[in-house]
Amino acid sequence: MDAGSCNGCEIEIASIFSPTYDAERFGIRLEASPRHCDGLLVTGPVTRNMAAPLRKTFDAVPQPRVVVAVGDCARDCGVFRGAYGVEGAVSDVVPVDLEIPGCPPDPAAIVRALRGLAGT
Amino acid sequence: MSTGWSITSMSAISLLQVVLVIVGGPLLLGFMRKVRCRMEGRVGPPVHQPLLDLRKMAGRERTRPEHASWVFPLAPVVLVATTLVVAAVAPLLATDPAFGWSADLFAVVFLLLLGSVSLALGALDTGTAFGGMGASRAMTIGALAEPALLVAILALSVPAHSSNLPTIIIRSLAHPAWLATPERVLALVAFVIVIVAESGRLPVDNPSTHLELTMIHEAMMLEYAGPDLALVKLAESMRLVVLFTLLADLFVPWGIATSPGPWHLAVALASTAGKLVVLGAALAVFEVTVAKLRLFRVPELLAGAFVLATLAVLSTLVVP
Repeated sequence: MDAGSCNGCEIEIASIFSPTYDAERFGIRLEASPRHCDGLLVTGPVTRNMAAPLRKTFDAVPQPRVVVAVGDCARDCGVFRGAYGVEGAVSDVVPVDLEIPGCPPDPAAIVRALRGLAGT
Repeated sequence: MSTGWSITSMSAISLLQVVLVIVGGPLLLGFMRKVRCRMEGRVGPPVHQPLLDLRKMAGRERTRPEHASWVFPLAPVVLVATTLVVAAVAPLLATDPAFGWSADLFAVVFLLLLGSVSLALGALDTGTAFGGMGASRAMTIGALAEPALLVAILALSVPAHSSNLPTIIIRSLAHPAWLATPERVLALVAFVIVIVAESGRLPVDNPSTHLELTMIHEAMMLEYAGPDLALVKLAESMRLVVLFTLLADLFVPWGIATSPGPWHLAVALASTAGKLVVLGAALAVFEVTVAKLRLFRVPELLAGAFVLATLAVLSTLVVP
C-alpha cells in the first residue's frame, strides 16, 4: 500500500515479480483485495490524507496479518521527516512487524525479507 | 444402461470423481500457472501451490462486510455444493456414476448456472461498487454463454436420441463415425469458447489481474476472506475440471470406463488426467499469446459461439 511514497519503492516491489527475481516461485503474490492478503507492504511516509485509508486497509486484512514497512520513508519518514503534510512513520499509524531499509530497497532484499516471513 | 454395475461400485465411482475434482482442480490451476510462467521466462510456483494456498486460507479469519446479510456467507457454499453434485453425478470417469440417470444435460448446465448466480448474489450483497459491477458483468456473460453451452450439447444429444450425458457418451462410443461429423466440430468450437468464458480465462476475463475496473469473476470475490475465499477459489478450479472433463468425454470419449472394475477405472483415471494435462497446457499457451478482449467485444464472441452451436443443431437435422 502506497501511503504517500515517491513510487521508487513501488518500482522495486513490482520488479520482484519480474523474470529476474520471480518472487512468485516462493508463493509470493500481489493481491487485488486486502481481504485476500496475508500482509501489507506499506511504502512512503504516511501523509495526513493517507493515515485513515491505511488504518481502514489494515482493518480489512483478515487475522493473522503482518505489516511490512518497505523503504526508509516508511521506517522513519526519510527525507520527508518533519514535512508539513506528513503524519509520521508507518509504525506511528499501524503496528509494524518487519522493516526493510533502503532508498529504495534492493528487490533482492525485499524478496529475502518476504521469504523470511513466509518461512520458505 | 450397461449392466453389471452394483450400487457400491457406482457410489465408489461418484466418490472417486468428487476426489478427482477436489484435488485435481487446484493441481490443474497450478499446472496451468506453471506453463504460463515457463513461457514468460520464469520458474513459477510449484504445481501444488494452489493447494497450499487453500490450506492457508482455510485457517484464516472469516471477515464480513459491514452491510452484508446471510446471502454473503451462503453463496460460496452453494457454489461449491452445486459443483460437487455435478462432479458426483456427471459421467467424468465412468459412464455410470451413482444417480447417473439424473446427469441430464439440462440439469448439469442449470446446476452450474445456479452456482454462478449464487456467487453473483453474494457479490451484490456486499454493497460495494466492484461487487455489483462484477456481478452484472458475470451475469451478462453467463446469460450469453449458458444457452450456447446448452445448444452445443443439444447438438450431440440429437443423434444419440437422449439428453442424458452417460447415454450420449455410450452411444458415441458405439458409433465412432459420429465424432467427425460437421455438427460435432461446430459444437466443439462453441463448447471451447463457452468454457473459456465460464471459467473466466483470457481473452474473456483475466484471472491474474489487479485492476478492479477490468475484473469480471475476480471482482465478485474481492470481499471474501479466509475459508469463504478458499471455497470460492476451490469451486472455481473444480468447475474448470468438470467442464474440461465433460468436453473431453463428450468429444473424445475413449478411455472412460464403461464397465466396472478397478482396471477400467485406473485406465479412466489415467486417460482423464492425460486429457486434463493436454487441455490445461493448450489453454495456458493460448492465454500467454492472446490479449484480453474489450468487454463490449465479449458478447460478439459468445454470440458467435451460440450461432455455431445453433448451426450444429441445424446440421443434425439436415444431415441424417
